[in-house]
Amino acid sequence: MALLYYFNRSWKFFSSIKLTVVLLLSLAVTSIIGTVIPQNKNYIIYFREYGEFLYGIFNLFDIFDMYHSWWFQLLLLLLAINIVVCSIDRFPATWKIVAKKSMFDVSRFRRLSSKEEVTVNRSPAQLIEIYKPFIAKVFGYCRVEQTDEGVCVFGEKGGWSRLGVYTVHLSVVFLLFGGLIGSIFGFEGFVNIPEGEKTEYIRIKNAEKRYRLDFEIRCDDFNVSFYDSGSPSEYRSTLTLIEQGKPVLKKDIIVNDPLRYKGINIFQSSYGMLPPEDVALTFKNRETGMEYNKNVTVGREFDAPENIGKFIINDYRKSGKFMGHDIGETFTGILTRNTGSPVEIILPLRFPSFDRMRNADFVVSITDYKSRYYTGLQITKDPGVLVVYTGFVIMIAGCFITFFLSHQRVCIDIIANGPASRVVVSGISNKNRLGMQQKVKQISKNLARLALTA
Amino acid sequence: MNSSLMLSLTTFVYGLAAFLYIVSWVFKKQAVGVLATGTSVAGIAANTAGIIMRWVESYELGIGHAPLSNLYESLVFFSWTIVIIYLVVERKYNDRIIGAFSMPLAFLAIAYASLSPNISDRIQPLIPALKSNWLIAHVITCFIGYAALAVAFGISIMYLFKEARTSGKSFLLDRFPAPAVLDELNHQMIMFGFLFLSIGIITGAVWANSAWGRYWGWDPKEIWSLITWFIYAALLHARLTRGWHGRRVAYLSIIGFMAVIFTYFGVNLLPGLHSYGQV
Ligand code: HEM
Repeated sequence: MALLYYFNRSWKFFSSIKLTVVLLLSLAVTSIIGTVIPQNKNYIIYFREYGEFLYGIFNLFDIFDMYHSWWFQLLLLLLAINIVVCSIDRFPATWKIVAKKSMFDVSRFRRLSSKEEVTVNRSPAQLIEIYKPFIAKVFGYCRVEQTDEGVCVFGEKGGWSRLGVYTVHLSVVFLLFGGLIGSIFGFEGFVNIPEGEKTEYIRIKNAEKRYRLDFEIRCDDFNVSFYDSGSPSEYRSTLTLIEQGKPVLKKDIIVNDPLRYKGINIFQSSYGMLPPEDVALTFKNRETGMEYNKNVTVGREFDAPENIGKFIINDYRKSGKFMGHDIGETFTGILTRNTGSPVEIILPLRFPSFDRMRNADFVVSITDYKSRYYTGLQITKDPGVLVVYTGFVIMIAGCFITFFLSHQRVCIDIIANGPASRVVVSGISNKNRLGMQQKVKQISKNLARLALTA
Repeated sequence: MNSSLMLSLTTFVYGLAAFLYIVSWVFKKQAVGVLATGTSVAGIAANTAGIIMRWVESYELGIGHAPLSNLYESLVFFSWTIVIIYLVVERKYNDRIIGAFSMPLAFLAIAYASLSPNISDRIQPLIPALKSNWLIAHVITCFIGYAALAVAFGISIMYLFKEARTSGKSFLLDRFPAPAVLDELNHQMIMFGFLFLSIGIITGAVWANSAWGRYWGWDPKEIWSLITWFIYAALLHARLTRGWHGRRVAYLSIIGFMAVIFTYFGVNLLPGLHSYGQV
């Protein structure tokens, strides 16, 4: 018995619309927090920003990842329970109205305060013949019943639109459920792949985790194109998926046109340039004017011309510094002569004769270099998307039905009045009552006209 | 004549229309009201022409895209939708006082676009993330929703004024529609706005899923649109509970519209992915 008591209490609590309003407003207000305090940053940043005390409190309530915190999810859970309980609570009553069309009761319509009345010169029996097809056409459902003073015609349409609100609520359940599926069985990861290389491991977002895919992704090519203004126009990666050593799929992806394979989605997300790997160098003998061109690999030592010693390019900077000045893209090399100690040689791309300053027998300069792009891919898996999208469709349809369609019922009460008849039109609608009044006026006009012309 | 000039002209015309609606309301001059409607219609024609010209110009520049890609263009479209929705309401309910509370919003939106030194009216090429038909659907539906909610905001303010003075006669308020009519109209606008707000969020989610592989990423713009949606959902339910009609619904409608404005402008002060709204 006690159990039943608590069950009834909770049922009452969860079927209340006041609770809905409170929950929705609580969600709105608490959601603000996460837009003011940046989410999922390193804890050191928070510690520095808020101090020990505030940090402790925020951390306790998961404020730094609040949309996944227990209390935020609890609010969502309560909303879901609220919706389900409320729907179950109300559905039987609604279904009765929708399914049963026998509930017409003339006295109910007669009690309405706003009615339209005309008197026409025909008997009720004649009028029924004219009005029945008309009402059937306008309303779809039509019924005639005898009354104590004559006869009346009922019309009804849109009863099923009362179900619209249940579909809206169902869609919210779909969204929450789809989101839940995604957060349990899905992931969101990143990977950078240099042109020509492949990988099967990706990094998972907001976690120090790696994830191994069932296939390898190879980046065959990456291109970025620009508008004349210099802003980027398109990022394009040519990808090949390799399963058990065999290529299974090849596709160019661009932003907004991803690759999908076995439930895994691969998106163009960013790109970058690897440090240069191959460099073209010139050694110039100052005395003889003799020039030697060499193609070398960064980080690998080689013999410099005329047996002067060993040379290695050991560094690359996008913006190199020389005596406090920015000298642009700069390589650094080390020349180790057969005799003497190694010297560092600075090689800015923009200033080919920079090395003259060293006043040595050879001037070294960079003529060209090659570097590869890497493509930044976002890799996601979300088995809940289909459920969520279904929710989207249901929600739009449900809102449309709920807002713009209504359950309308009219009653044409035909009362014998000597050889003539009084025709009283009245109508009820579960929504948009002003609109219904307009409609009743219109119908009344049409009926008067029909009685004359038919 | 180019689109910028045409849209500056539109700004001027909307300003004039707003002024005329207010004059007609304050001085009770029916004829001025008719003039205001005429001016609004001229304004919407100029606004439409400006949008189309801008579209054509973008093709002439070789970067053709629908004029819905940055803050300037979205503001222009915003005022276009406000005026359209208002004119429909005016026609249907045959009431011009609402114009005194709606046209100024349309004027403010387009004036901000045209006159603010921070907003560039240059036609820019689309960055890769914006090349999506979902983006167009997203922007159009969001702004239809925002515009309806803007009109609801104007009506809510009228409601609160009218409600505050139910007893006695007020020179300015006596020709306002009855509170019940304003309340009903407010509700109509909010239902319409809520539907489009929902579609706007949904198309945005679908777009995000096609560009970044996730339909929802808890970025501030997304969260604020959700906050707005929660507020209006709460409002729709508040109407269903006893004692929450009228006044409180009007307050919620005003708060909801503040959230719309913050989603639109304020979020750029916060960090996030939706850089396209930035000036
Ligand atoms: C995010 C969650 C929700 C959304 C988006 C939502 C949406 C809606 C919408 C659009 C309407 C129609 C309002 C109108 O006709 O003006 C509605 C009505 C209603 N909602 Fe919700 N709702 C939500 C949650 C809930 C919850 C949790 C309950 C539980 C009590 C609830 C109970 C109702 C009821 C009883 C109605 C009125 C139905 C009628 O008119 O017969 N809703 N809801």
